[in-house]
Amino acid sequence: MKLTLRIWRQAGPAEPGSMVAYEVPDANPDMSFLELLDVLNERLTLEGGDPVTFDHDCREGICGSCGVVINGQAHGPRALTTTCQLHVRSFSDGDVIDIEPWRSVAFGVLKDLMVDRSGLDRIIQAGGYISAPTGSAPEAHSTPVPKPIADSAFDNATCIGCGACVAACPNGSAMLFTSAKVAHLNSLPQGAPERASRVLNLVEAMDAEGFGGCTNTGECTNACPKGIPMDSIATLNREYLRASLGRK
Amino acid sequence: MSFYRLGDDIADTTAPDVPIEQRWDKRRFDAKLVNPANRRRHTVIVVGTGLAGGAAGATLAEQGYHVIQFCYQDSPRRAHSIAAQGGINAAKNYRNDGDSVYRLFYDTVKGGDFRSRESNVYRLAQTSTQIIDQCVAQGVPFAREYGGLLDTRSFGGVQVARTFYARGQTGQQLLIGAYQALSRQIDAGGVEMHARTEMLDLIVIDGRARGIVARDLITGEISTYLADAVVLATGGYGNVFYLSTNAKNSNASAIWRAHRRGAYFANPCYTQIHPTCIPRSGDHQSKLTLMSESLRNDGRIWVPKNPGDTRSPDQIPEADRDYYLERIYPGFGNLVPRDIASRAAKNQCDLGRGVGPGGLGVYLDFADAIKRMGEAAVREKYGNLFEMYDRITGEDPYKVPMRIYPAIHYTMGGLWVDYDLQSTIPGCFVVGEANFSDHGANRLGASALMQGLADGYFVLPPMLGNYIASTKLDKVDASHPEVTATVAEATGRLDRLLSIDGERTVDSFHRELGEILWNECGMARTEDGLRKALGRLPELREEFWRSVKVPGSGASLNQSLERANRVSDFLELGELLCVDALHREESCGGHFRVESQTPDGEARRDDDRFAYAAAWEFGGTGGTPVLHREPLEFNYVHLAQRNYA
Ligand SMILES: Cc1cc2nc3c(=O)[nH]c(=O)nc-3n(C[C@H](O)[C@H](O)[C@H](O)COP(=O)(O)OP(=O)(O)OC[C@H]3O[C@@H](n4cnc5c(N)ncnc54)[C@H](O)[C@@H]3O)c2cc1C
Ligand code: SF4
Ligand code: FES
Repeated sequence: MKLTLRIWRQAGPAEPGSMVAYEVPDANPDMSFLELLDVLNERLTLEGGDPVTFDHDCREGICGSCGVVINGQAHGPRALTTTCQLHVRSFSDGDVIDIEPWRSVAFGVLKDLMVDRSGLDRIIQAGGYISAPTGSAPEAHSTPVPKPIADSAFDNATCIGCGACVAACPNGSAMLFTSAKVAHLNSLPQGAPERASRVLNLVEAMDAEGFGGCTNTGECTNACPKGIPMDSIATLNREYLRASLGRK
Repeated sequence: MSFYRLGDDIADTTAPDVPIEQRWDKRRFDAKLVNPANRRRHTVIVVGTGLAGGAAGATLAEQGYHVIQFCYQDSPRRAHSIAAQGGINAAKNYRNDGDSVYRLFYDTVKGGDFRSRESNVYRLAQTSTQIIDQCVAQGVPFAREYGGLLDTRSFGGVQVARTFYARGQTGQQLLIGAYQALSRQIDAGGVEMHARTEMLDLIVIDGRARGIVARDLITGEISTYLADAVVLATGGYGNVFYLSTNAKNSNASAIWRAHRRGAYFANPCYTQIHPTCIPRSGDHQSKLTLMSESLRNDGRIWVPKNPGDTRSPDQIPEADRDYYLERIYPGFGNLVPRDIASRAAKNQCDLGRGVGPGGLGVYLDFADAIKRMGEAAVREKYGNLFEMYDRITGEDPYKVPMRIYPAIHYTMGGLWVDYDLQSTIPGCFVVGEANFSDHGANRLGASALMQGLADGYFVLPPMLGNYIASTKLDKVDASHPEVTATVAEATGRLDRLLSIDGERTVDSFHRELGEILWNECGMARTEDGLRKALGRLPELREEFWRSVKVPGSGASLNQSLERANRVSDFLELGELLCVDALHREESCGGHFRVESQTPDGEARRDDDRFAYAAAWEFGGTGGTPVLHREPLEFNYVHLAQRNYA
């Protein structure tokens, strides 16, 4: 397959960037999208050019490292699929593919397709945990957790922290990411003691990081490779209201 | 010419000489303590944020130490522990099915093919129960039954259901638990976290580990970090084979640089090959993806009887198929242990009966299961795995049999450590997959997560405290000659990589290295093959330093330079891997020497000559490594040959 890749090139955080076109005449449908970039990079290296910088690690859809905007869509055209799990067979011979970094106020571009997502870590640091110092835990079976609650906590805990929700949101909101953590921990009995402070602190940190507000456009959940639902945002809002009333 | 020298034997002198079930208590009781008020004044470096490092960093900070922690990813949450699927073992015996600490200990020693240290394994089994309690308290959403209690399943050929799991994402959930505990400490100021920062070298002063040299991957800046002790939690070295189920950037540089500075490297040839991975689809392949072993519970493995049969699988009648595992191992059938299943697949492909691109694959067929259980039941059980397979291969396993092939998955070898998890460099501790401690020649499924968390949460912290409390350390600063020399060396190495400007890419060297190792030091190893590899590898290393092309500069973000630096270490490690494999003239666990097999083709150990751990001392680049043997004694589990026929 012959593909044309138009890739955002930017030398550093303060440098100007632009789209640059590259031909890949020998793309194989069975390649993953990142392997397509590998092949291009091997060629650029040998030609004395500058290979394209992008984040990636596990290449199996679980670490959350990868992520680019492909033809305007965060993680590309396939639903519930990270960039690394997307394959060239999702495209057609002769296609022109635009590849850009996550764009959002809170995510600065570091180089080419790589951005700074450390704001997401700081949201978790603000209270996205259960305080359980090592060694202090009671016997695991002392607190049964009803299966539906455990399952829903699990569904929310599958968030990989990729930031696609933020990139897809017209407001650059990190609401889906934050709500997944609130819904994971606040629903569990173990998370109950810190339930109110957790939601208030997470929301405060989210705002402080410069993420935008949520206007329920739903673009986040469409882009999310793990299918975190809008319900989680409703849960966050409920928890927030409950905590704010309690605080007064 | 001899490819190694024999040095003095080595021994673990830290496990107390009391009955095995009392050892860990006694060791902890004898350990010196650091006064809580003083801990803040002690700095500990932790390299790595996977299960082992994340758990260690969080726990040490909770105890009051000042922790400086590193990972190469942009967030500590992305360590490769995140990718573990199956589960984590613990001797809780919630099922009342006869499990116990002793049985988990027994299974692990036997599963390791009698090449692990009994004391360590016993402690691992003892600690396992606490891990589950700890993780549940953190909010890890393990699978539960309708009554609200934890669900377990049996895994990897053991007869009790002791594996706790969170759907197919156990590693992710456990790591998020550790990451959150670590995040809490970062927020509290106990952990100074440096993400996107890669350790380049270990600083050793007066024979003790006192810090690291690290490079900020964004700015390229090289800095030194000094401490009272250094903990390496940098994961396994499976990527020495280029293609493996490890993450793309997993590397051996941290442990290899420590090895060069004096830490012995134990049993590098013990590598685990997982039988059910998705085969490679072409030359562009950059990594391999594991499909959970659980698929073998219902899928049937077969190849066409006739070599070169190119008919599509649905056109091949039963009479022309060979369900070779069921034929050769009627007792266990498709459920034989990993190493046996892997080797059998290779043998079939060597006979020309492999399927798919390059003939490197075998079928894993669910047609019978679908007939027996119905498609809905199969979907319920394996739906997410089938989807993953479909996403990667573009084939629908409900309609066409899956194609699978073995791939490198885990490395049992690693830096040698004593019972305290301290390497041969005092003050340098090693935890998780990076050490060699618990799995002998073969790791059982669901035991790596257990080991990483046991090391990080429970074993390392008291032993590190003991080291700090019992060691008088002089103050050092960045102007110390050893520090400046180590920085100069690390910087010089990067400068050299950048200056070569040759004609081959880093990846092309890495691929060639991987191919040599996979062919000669993979599933089946022979003296001839290993000697051939040992002839070629030094040439490849020299060629690399002569003709690698690394674009860009060291003073900014440069992923080619990061890779080149890692591959330069893999090239050296690859040689030691082959030396170890060549010297061990027996088959055991993941190490199969063709010369040492039973008449029916099974692995044959040689306990008289090889019941020891091989701890290698660095002999210089291209030099002769020195072997130190740690004799292994089996006082509790009696030496016996495995038999799965
Ligand atoms: C696909 C897959 C499935 C698996 N499934 C299971 C399972 O079901 N059950 C089970 O028990 N085991 C399983 N394993 C094995 C298990 O996941 C690993 O052995 C274990 O998670 C390793 O943990 P770790 O903490 O030692 O290292 P890792 O999680 O690999 O962490 C390494 C850390 O070190 C850092 N690092 C590395 N080098 C440097 C450097 N030079 N400088 C700075 N930082 C560095 C990395 O950034 C990372 O934070 C699986 C493994 C794979 C690959
Ligand atoms: S909510 Fe979804 S899109 Fe957002 S970070 Fe988590 S996994 Fe990624
Ligand atoms: S590289 Fe890990 S999710 Fe894509």
